Amino acid sequence: MTGAEMIIHALKKEGVRALFGYPGGAVIDIFDALYNSDIPFYLTRHEQGAAHAADGFARASGEVGVCIATSGPGATNLVTGLATAHMDSIPIVAITGQVHTHLIGNDAFQEVDIVGISRPITKHNYLVSNIDDLPHILKSAFYLAQSGRPGPVLVDIPKDIQQAKTSKPYPDSIEIKSYKPTIKGHMPQIQNVSKAIAASNRPVIYAGGGVISSSASDELRQFAKIINAPVTTTLMGLGVYPETDKNSLKMLGMHGTEYANYAIQEADLLIAVGARFDDRVTGKVDKFASKAKIIHMDIDPTTIRKNVQVNIPVVGDIKHVLHELNKIVEPKENKEWLEQIYKWKKDHPLKYKNDGRIQPQYVIEQIAELTNRKAIITTEVGQNQMWTAQFYNFTHPRTFLSSGGLGTMGYGFPAAIGAQVAQPDKIVVDIAGDGSIQMNIQELATAVLYQIPVKIVILNNHSLGMVRQWQAIFYDRRFSSTCLRRNINCPPDCDQTGENCPKVYVPNFTKLAEAYGATGFFTNKVEEVKPTLEKMLNTPGPVIVEFEIEAEENVYPMVPAGAPINEMIRGMA
Amino acid sequence: MRHIINLEVENNAGVLARIAGLFSARGFNIEALSVGQADPNATARMTLVVRGNDEVIEQINKQLNKLIDVIRVTDVTKNYYVSRDLVLVKVTATPTKRNDISQLINIFGAKVVDISNKTMILELGSSEAKVNAFIETLRPFGIKEIARSGTISMLRDSSGTF
Ligand SMILES: Cc1ncc(C[n+]2csc(CCOP(=O)(O)OP(=O)(O)O)c2C)c(N)n1
Repeated sequence: MTGAEMIIHALKKEGVRALFGYPGGAVIDIFDALYNSDIPFYLTRHEQGAAHAADGFARASGEVGVCIATSGPGATNLVTGLATAHMDSIPIVAITGQVHTHLIGNDAFQEVDIVGISRPITKHNYLVSNIDDLPHILKSAFYLAQSGRPGPVLVDIPKDIQQAKTSKPYPDSIEIKSYKPTIKGHMPQIQNVSKAIAASNRPVIYAGGGVISSSASDELRQFAKIINAPVTTTLMGLGVYPETDKNSLKMLGMHGTEYANYAIQEADLLIAVGARFDDRVTGKVDKFASKAKIIHMDIDPTTIRKNVQVNIPVVGDIKHVLHELNKIVEPKENKEWLEQIYKWKKDHPLKYKNDGRIQPQYVIEQIAELTNRKAIITTEVGQNQMWTAQFYNFTHPRTFLSSGGLGTMGYGFPAAIGAQVAQPDKIVVDIAGDGSIQMNIQELATAVLYQIPVKIVILNNHSLGMVRQWQAIFYDRRFSSTCLRRNINCPPDCDQTGENCPKVYVPNFTKLAEAYGATGFFTNKVEEVKPTLEKMLNTPGPVIVEFEIEAEENVYPMVPAGAPINEMIRGMA
Repeated sequence: MRHIINLEVENNAGVLARIAGLFSARGFNIEALSVGQADPNATARMTLVVRGNDEVIEQINKQLNKLIDVIRVTDVTKNYYVSRDLVLVKVTATPTKRNDISQLINIFGAKVVDISNKTMILELGSSEAKVNAFIETLRPFGIKEIARSGTISMLRDSSGTF
């Protein structure tokens, strides 16, 4: 078998259902082997799109996402996608072509040290320098990507290795002696957790993306039910606990709910489950949950005591740890505490103003209702992402796909394509900002040609809204380079949208959709929001819907960066 | 506090880059690093000397363990250990000074490895503190060049630290 054939063989053996990528000189052999294969291949219009599509595929399905790119620029175009997946612990295998082994290090045509470049943004990576190592390395790549704390793995394969022959078989299983993730939690520690819970009066469960990686949403719900504790989730954890439930505190942190942040600050026991105390969650870290004992369960020991001191660490796979814990933990009532929580929820709900114009929050609520929360929602980055996190009320894991750790604008649309390929029967909607959507808009061609019926809802505020929001609040309304209507004739010191602002928005999204052979709708009237969304859902194929919204609309509540999380700026509504 | 960490690593291309990259990316400081391969077919050995408070050292240990190519991480400073630095010092040593220098060599248990009209190269393999003292003692003679290895270390089965 040639190296190229071995790659396809490995993909088949791993049960890979879809490939995303882009060809080039250094991967022609792989594409040649793919020519006769029955693995569906999706030719994206940019390698970044391929990486995000593989990521979206992985998040929507729980399987490994696979992308392929050529050497040099093909490989560097994967970088943002790999970093996005790395920050959010998403299993991806990226295959890159490399120049001939004998040319490596010579600044050959389209040579780049992608193993060096991607080292800090992958879980692990390989340069294959011997054809007989290839089967073993490919097996390791798939194993590493999806075991332990998942993450992207890159395999860089020189052209001559793709052409060389090997008689080595593809291994059925593999052991890496230096890699032994801890799966089972330490029982005495789990008992300590159970005791701490019994002794607490004001427990809060703080659940993150690790619960999704470990497919432990059911165990988490059961756990929360037994101990009757309120549950808050991170952005990455949205959907692990139904946000429609009375004990849900929804999201915490910078744009979290007031009641989640108050609960954290008043808790006497914080139970962190597959979360990593990110700075967007903790705010000023020494003021975070300062009255609470902290339990931290995570599969990755490095997350423990990285940002906060922990009283009871439990290293292990969340599903296993919760399963064991649920067997021994005693039921609780937490009556007074829950009354306090319900009062906070009643007194400080998320809200938005209703002034007859289209409010983005309303659009998001409508999407949730019209799809019965059964859709898969991806987002771009910025206000669109935070409003979605706040107002959709997620009820199922793997239905909210968003770039949390890296905050990659341009993620949502290609990720939606990947998600739709993984889950052809679901409705997939990318909730987008007008800035972000332009970062990977070229993938409309992919969606149209492969009949991937992704729906894109653009909340068009004519600006890079989230940056503009910071400028409005912290930079004295000096809107430097955040207006997307700004043209050569605008005054340098513009501080608002007014009469003299350019009227034209570029591009015209409806026409753009049509130019690609998709469907486009536009409205700026609030009463047309629902009918337009209905039309969108009833239109086959990819659709772009553009809602014109107010640039002044901001995301509240908001904790200024570095402030304690209970010191929130409230909205105007 | 200063910690000496022994690593057993896979003998793969790029391991050193992974470790160096980890330290620079996370803002940890490496004071000394030595790499060597004891047995050509086996794994490689690295010794790192790092400084930090308990939390930093804990993170360094965990992060090193997390690297796929790292097989074992041992913080020898938590146990009884021996550690050695090797130094070569080129000192100004005109014939009249040679006697004085020889006396020092004897005291420290160092060796002369080269001698010319004007200079001598001295070698000492010893604990870090003794190597430091040796260098300081030679300074008045005029040091022309110092080459110093990173620390290497090993756990002791008997007690005491040397
Ligand atoms: C690739 C990339 N570049 C820059 C940023 C910084 N950034 C964060 S949010 C934002 C504005 C996003 O604007 P838009 O997509 O229109 O969304 P909105 O906030 O208006 O909803 C920018 C520029 C980023 N997150 N990602």
